[in-house]
Amino acid sequence: MEKRAIFSSRTLPYLLLLPQMAITIIFFYWPASQAIWQSFLMEDAFGMSSEFVGFENYRLLFEQPEYYRAMVTTIIFSSFVALFSLACSLLLATQADKNLRGGETYKTLLIWPYAVAPAIAGVLWIFMFHPTMGTLSRPIRVIGIDWNPMLNGTHAMILLILSATWKQISYNFLFFLAGLQAIPKSVIEAAAIDGSGPLRRFWTIIFPLLSPTTFFLIVVNIVYVFFDTFGIIDAVTGGGPAGQTTTLVYKVYADGRLGGDLGGSAAQSVILMIIVIALTAIQFRYVERKVQY
Amino acid sequence: MAGVTLDTVRKIYAGNVEAVKGVSLGIKDGSFCVLVGPSGCGKSTLLRMIAGLETISGGAVKIGDRVVNEVEPSDRDIAMVFQNYALYPHMSVYDNMAYGLKNRGTPKPEIEKRVKEAARILAIENFLERKPRQLSGGQRQRVAMGRAIVRKPQVFLFDEPLSNLDAKLRVQMRVEIKRLQRALGVTSIYVTHDQVEAMTLSDQLVVMSGGQIEQVGTPSEVYRRPETRFVATFIGSPPMNILPGKVEGPGRVSVGGQIIAVTDMRDGLAPGTAIEVGLRPEDVQAGTAGASALTMDVDFVEELGATQLFHGKVAGADFVVQASTGQIAADAKSLTLTVEPGNVHLFDPQTTKRLGRV
Repeated sequence: MEKRAIFSSRTLPYLLLLPQMAITIIFFYWPASQAIWQSFLMEDAFGMSSEFVGFENYRLLFEQPEYYRAMVTTIIFSSFVALFSLACSLLLATQADKNLRGGETYKTLLIWPYAVAPAIAGVLWIFMFHPTMGTLSRPIRVIGIDWNPMLNGTHAMILLILSATWKQISYNFLFFLAGLQAIPKSVIEAAAIDGSGPLRRFWTIIFPLLSPTTFFLIVVNIVYVFFDTFGIIDAVTGGGPAGQTTTLVYKVYADGRLGGDLGGSAAQSVILMIIVIALTAIQFRYVERKVQY
Repeated sequence: MAGVTLDTVRKIYAGNVEAVKGVSLGIKDGSFCVLVGPSGCGKSTLLRMIAGLETISGGAVKIGDRVVNEVEPSDRDIAMVFQNYALYPHMSVYDNMAYGLKNRGTPKPEIEKRVKEAARILAIENFLERKPRQLSGGQRQRVAMGRAIVRKPQVFLFDEPLSNLDAKLRVQMRVEIKRLQRALGVTSIYVTHDQVEAMTLSDQLVVMSGGQIEQVGTPSEVYRRPETRFVATFIGSPPMNILPGKVEGPGRVSVGGQIIAVTDMRDGLAPGTAIEVGLRPEDVQAGTAGASALTMDVDFVEELGATQLFHGKVAGADFVVQASTGQIAADAKSLTLTVEPGNVHLFDPQTTKRLGRV
């Protein structure tokens, strides 16, 4: 179908493009270029002056053992959250896809957590797992685990993974459910007649047919954990204890906002920006190829 | 191989909707049974119950001597061809056909032998490595058939398999399905709303309406001696003409004052009883005026090439006459019609049942 519109003057099309361009430039290109410029500058201790230092900020950054630790933390954090949230939401979606009494209610309820703001989600989880006042901390202690996410880095990470996963399940669930509903029923029925039990059917038919959705979600989830978990981390652990739950994004905030190292923080932002661009490029490349069929 | 027996099979959906109302039917081993009826008559539901894709609300379905009501579809030893083919889009043609055998743990060399054999029969040997989306509709249909025949099941089920194909391909595939079924000798149950498919394919024709069986018989029995008015008007194209009439005496009825002789008429019908008289468009002779002749006012003529259809009215009711082209002048305004006594069908206006000899 021909979708080209013909404009008689040159001004109108540019005028129509203007709002979108303005938004993109003001809220993306301008801050991004500011960050890139900032990453080449170094300020004095009082923020009175700054000088151009080239790649000095990057060099210093890659000399910091904390930066590598934040990288490892981020990788652990994002792998677990992506894995758990994808697995849980896939399980929930396959169950919700069945013809159940009240199925619509389950679906709606499963989508709700996505509407909760990250910081509020973090606070909710603290209420449950706070070492002294958490409602669920007591039963955990009763079974003999010295639960303390305030002091124990592993416990803090577990708590973060749980809350970030919980937050992301709804989103993945929606996509998986849509993906499942797009699979023709007769294909599943044909497989059933072909002697394939429910589990075998899932792994040989449904899961491969969902792979475009799964791949898309893996990328989206990694981006989510890299960037959008800031609120949860800030509310639950504040990057602690002793920096053990500081991810790359949280470190940008901690170094720049709390540490006052604007140049170093900007350099980290630029690196993160490159990571996102790379992830998005991979995603487009594969989504366009439809992954497998 | 095995026959299929249905014993007062019922399907009741939520909300007390009865889609299949106690159907009993025996399908002989190796025969080709076609379920035909308008949409919503329960034919597909019945097929899906035999396949195990729908639960059975009442009665029993037997494949061979085994009641399969509670048996999983995979354990019924059946194969099904779906309307939209239902091929596995992510698998090659070969894997599509091999899937059912793999699931049953068939050894690899045997799978390869059977798939190759089926591909040869269906002439799809050159497409084995392709994905379904790279195939045309007819080729996909063949793959779906291949997937069914490699399994060597006891029963083939077809759910309107040709309705997604274009008219020409449909005729071609119809012939192939018939040939294939003859060659393999597997009991087949075929659902369609197309009466031409139903007539040409079936050994046993089952006409369904409103969740019930209207008539079971060979295609020629159903055509020659329809048991209800529904069957009479559903089977045959153009459909049978139905005229209001009256009983005059044994072997005689009248339509619009004209007496018509009837061979197949129930004894003991009181003269004056209202009756419906069915005449097939192709059974009516036009032109020769006689003692028992009907007069038809012609409205228009449809050209079909070899034949012509004359549309008009007889005794106030719509009427169609089919005649070889050239037999009747195409500009005729009025026709005189006669019919063989053996080609007159009588139906009860209340029960719509045939009033033939018992």
